[in-house]
Amino acid sequence: MAQDLPLTNAKRAPKGGVEVRGLSRRFSGRTIIDNVDLTIAPGEFVALLGHSGSGKSTMLRALAGLDPDVEIAGGLTVPDATSVIFQDARLLPWQRVLTNVRLGLRRQDGGNLAVAALGEVGLTGRETAWPGDLSGGEQQRVALARALVREPELLLADEPFGALDALTKISMHKLLRELCAAHSPAVLLVTHDVDEAVLLADRTIVLHGGRIVLDETVKLPNIRDRADPEFVGHRKRLLDGLGV
Amino acid sequence: MSAWGTVRIRAEKPIPFLRLLGPVLLLVVWGVASATGALDPRTLPPPWQVVSRAWQLIADGVLQRALLASVQRSMTGLGLGVLFGIGFSLISGLNRWGEAIVDGPLQIWRATPVLAVIPLAIYWLGLGEQMKITLICLTTMIPIYINTSAAIASVEKRFVELAHTIRLTHWEFVRYVVIPGALPGFFTGLRLSAVSAWLVLVVVEQSNTINGLGYMVGEARVNGQVDIIAVGLVVYALLGLTTDGVLRLLEKRVLSWRKTFR
Repeated sequence: MAQDLPLTNAKRAPKGGVEVRGLSRRFSGRTIIDNVDLTIAPGEFVALLGHSGSGKSTMLRALAGLDPDVEIAGGLTVPDATSVIFQDARLLPWQRVLTNVRLGLRRQDGGNLAVAALGEVGLTGRETAWPGDLSGGEQQRVALARALVREPELLLADEPFGALDALTKISMHKLLRELCAAHSPAVLLVTHDVDEAVLLADRTIVLHGGRIVLDETVKLPNIRDRADPEFVGHRKRLLDGLGV
Repeated sequence: MSAWGTVRIRAEKPIPFLRLLGPVLLLVVWGVASATGALDPRTLPPPWQVVSRAWQLIADGVLQRALLASVQRSMTGLGLGVLFGIGFSLISGLNRWGEAIVDGPLQIWRATPVLAVIPLAIYWLGLGEQMKITLICLTTMIPIYINTSAAIASVEKRFVELAHTIRLTHWEFVRYVVIPGALPGFFTGLRLSAVSAWLVLVVVEQSNTINGLGYMVGEARVNGQVDIIAVGLVVYALLGLTTDGVLRLLEKRVLSWRKTFR
């Protein structure tokens, strides 16, 4: 593996996907996820939609290996190199930005990689800032750099832009598309934003009552136009699937 | 009324030495009361007499010697107290078995008045330095233990999850998440401990000591020299204030990541 390449020209063959067979999760007797099958191909970008309580976050947390105390049944195959982005940037407030990015990176050149990753998300020069001195969007960029510097084969993102304002969101969408194109990890993006899903994903899935009720490939070019009839149509089918 | 208006967000511009305003006012009241005769000099001599007495004690080298002995004693005790306090809070905060073993005895010790323990401490350790430093250490470790272990226990679950997702080892988690996260609590404890170091010092120095500030004050009481007692009190106060000031400064530096009220 050519790991000494700088991150910016790390266009790689995608590898590592997700294989979920008959997954169920129960919290104190209540079924949150009910016998779900899900395959995400290497490099595929999947958006997972659903109402609050539909089980979409539980699904992501199952793939991330969080909630170890929850009853679980079924089979899960997830690549070792998996990164998670949370809704809050979840930066350690007492560590500087660069340390936040490189923490847990067990490589000699970890520092250089972290600097490069910060460059990729447009935060060159902010390496020694405290997270508390950054804006919400900048903090989420740091979280993105922290996720990508690990060269993940799977990126799990739990409503990563949910707390950002509309304008910041637009630029974050663009950034995420570019970074995914460059690094080609498989992505599972949990969101309740239908437009975001159609804009970013190769495939959209709607979860309802712990079951998949809609699973549809997005038939749109890479550069997407919200006015495209197919965009509008896909959006409408998702809303129908969500029962809105 | 503005007091019921919105909360002030902008940090106030710092005014140098504003914290000294209260103590200075107290000094003025003392001076005025002495000058007008409202304060009997046998009760408390006027500030200028205390100052000239202090001057004399310095010229004779008495005050320096007493101060040195006392500072050495309290700082040794405090230093050891900090080490034990940190050690016990790590044992108790990081491991539930550790907590089960360490926390109970320390809570019992915390509830025991140090004055009541002095006879036993003398019986065990004699009248010398050992007894004094031990008592200071045992007293100062408590606030550090209480505050630091509480801070360790309240490290947020979301950071534990983060540590899992970026595959931190247990040691890295302690080093980069737990310890820096517990530092604010540690400093709260340290500032309380520093105060109690001086408190215990006064108590242990007033029995069977041949040097130190407590000894100087004790001798003055026997000889009826109220002004020397006052000098001792002022020095104690200054020591307390200086210690707290130094610790505040240190805290501000170490915790510069914090966005606080002021």
